[in-house]
Amino acid sequence: MSTNAPISTAGTTPAPAATAGMTAKDAYTAAQAEQDAAAKHQTRTFKIWRGEAGKGEFVEFTQEVVEGMVVLDAVHEIQATQANDLACRWNCKAGKCGSCSAEINGMPKLMCMTRLAELDADKPVTIEPMRAFPHVRDLVTDVSWNYRVKQQIQPFTPRPPDAEDGTWRMQQSDVDRVQEFRKCIECFLCQDVCHVLRDHHKHESFIGPRFLVYAAALEMHPLDTADRVPELKQAHGIGYCNITKCCTKVCPEHITITDNAIIPLKERVVDEFFDPLGKLVKIFSRRREGPPA
Amino acid sequence: MAHAPLPLAHRGFGETLRRDAWWLQPLVVLTILSAFVVYATWAAFQNAHYTYGNYLSPFYSPVLFGDPRFAWIGPKPEWWPNLLPFSPALIILPFPGLFRVTCYYYRGAYYKAFWADPPNCAVGEPRNSYLGERHFPLIIQNIHRYFLYIAVLFLLILAHDVWDALWFDNGAGGVRFGIGVGTLVLALNVVLLTCYTLGCHSMRHIVGGFLDQLSRHPVRKKAYDCSSCLNRWHMKWAWMSLFGVAFADLYIRLCSMGVWHDWRIL
Repeated sequence: MSTNAPISTAGTTPAPAATAGMTAKDAYTAAQAEQDAAAKHQTRTFKIWRGEAGKGEFVEFTQEVVEGMVVLDAVHEIQATQANDLACRWNCKAGKCGSCSAEINGMPKLMCMTRLAELDADKPVTIEPMRAFPHVRDLVTDVSWNYRVKQQIQPFTPRPPDAEDGTWRMQQSDVDRVQEFRKCIECFLCQDVCHVLRDHHKHESFIGPRFLVYAAALEMHPLDTADRVPELKQAHGIGYCNITKCCTKVCPEHITITDNAIIPLKERVVDEFFDPLGKLVKIFSRRREGPPA
Repeated sequence: MAHAPLPLAHRGFGETLRRDAWWLQPLVVLTILSAFVVYATWAAFQNAHYTYGNYLSPFYSPVLFGDPRFAWIGPKPEWWPNLLPFSPALIILPFPGLFRVTCYYYRGAYYKAFWADPPNCAVGEPRNSYLGERHFPLIIQNIHRYFLYIAVLFLLILAHDVWDALWFDNGAGGVRFGIGVGTLVLALNVVLLTCYTLGCHSMRHIVGGFLDQLSRHPVRKKAYDCSSCLNRWHMKWAWMSLFGVAFADLYIRLCSMGVWHDWRIL
């Protein structure tokens, strides 16, 4: 429907403020205004980190908010009305692009998925950039390290096609196991909360939970033939993970990062390097695996 | 590895902007685990009140040396060092103890509670240096599965103890079937330990997790699914089984000391 087309009420609930001759756009705006007026308004205080390249301070803003708003809405309101130069990265506002990662009241979260109603109304809401990555400006950090790390992981290496037409056959149940890992939106909240990166800055020797999940998705794939276990132990530093499960706790996609990705990979490292008995079993079992008949 | 310049300034020990009681969970873990270690050590050194009738405390089972009614091999061995007080539990307890110490769940819990590494998620740490589980001594955690094998053996022995706990002295030199509260306590202990052990991350891996095409191994697939199902509750099983085993010992100890009376149901 064209936004300038007269509103049609046939078969739909009429907008409360709609009158004859009003365009759909006008009616929508009027309905929205009415809804906003009916919603519970309140004033909240926000302490937002402002500064550049790691230097800065919390700046306090008071902002009127409406019931149902998320933290990103409030940041946008502040940006529009009080601090036009406030830098903040965002895109989808639906928890799917992973752009608006920040630390809200001390915990890594997506700003677009954190409702103000969830946060203590009596105290200021603190919003700061992720602490595991180089600070650029205000709420924006440079997450490019993650992209460079990803390039260092052996890519998907499928076995030769099972059929003459160049296709493969695999069971749904085998792919289901790795499907969970593909939900990752690369918000890097898990990297941010991981104390190995956040507090110990082991960026040179540890790839972090996000890329252990990525490696698990490849390593456990029923068609993949590459062996990433030696590099997981050495270059990717899986031994640095001490299973705090903080990554699982902050994942907005609820991926069971520690139990389903990191620990199974740690067990594969044990097979290869710390358990001669397990290695024998693995060799025996893999010998029996080949392309399906 | 890709290089990244340092991010915002490092936070000191306990520094965080978290508003919740982040210290509560590690404090509870610290308190409960410490209390368990103190009680288990005390109970192990007692070398007394570990049996009551046909009940045997799980802290002392199997009794390799000691009470002739339960001992598999014989009385106190001659090679036992004189400086160390003898107790059958001292030979047994290290194995289930090390199974728990190297358990993936407990590792995460006690690194936070006892070593503040980290104290909790997004909370500043006391130390700058960090070796993780890549170097000695924590690299030893990688042999968890060997303690798992021993723990499975212990499950069978404890299940046999439950069987023994079903047969009571009939007063005429024989035995008759019965169920006491102690039988149920020992049985519950085995159930909880079984759920904890079979849902262990290493068990999940060994029974099938190491395969990428589990569908080709239907028995392994079933075992993997069952282990995964238990694994989803691994933390709860870990705590419940810890309380269960301590309570089983305490129940038998108090019955043996005459503090509690074992009520016969059948």
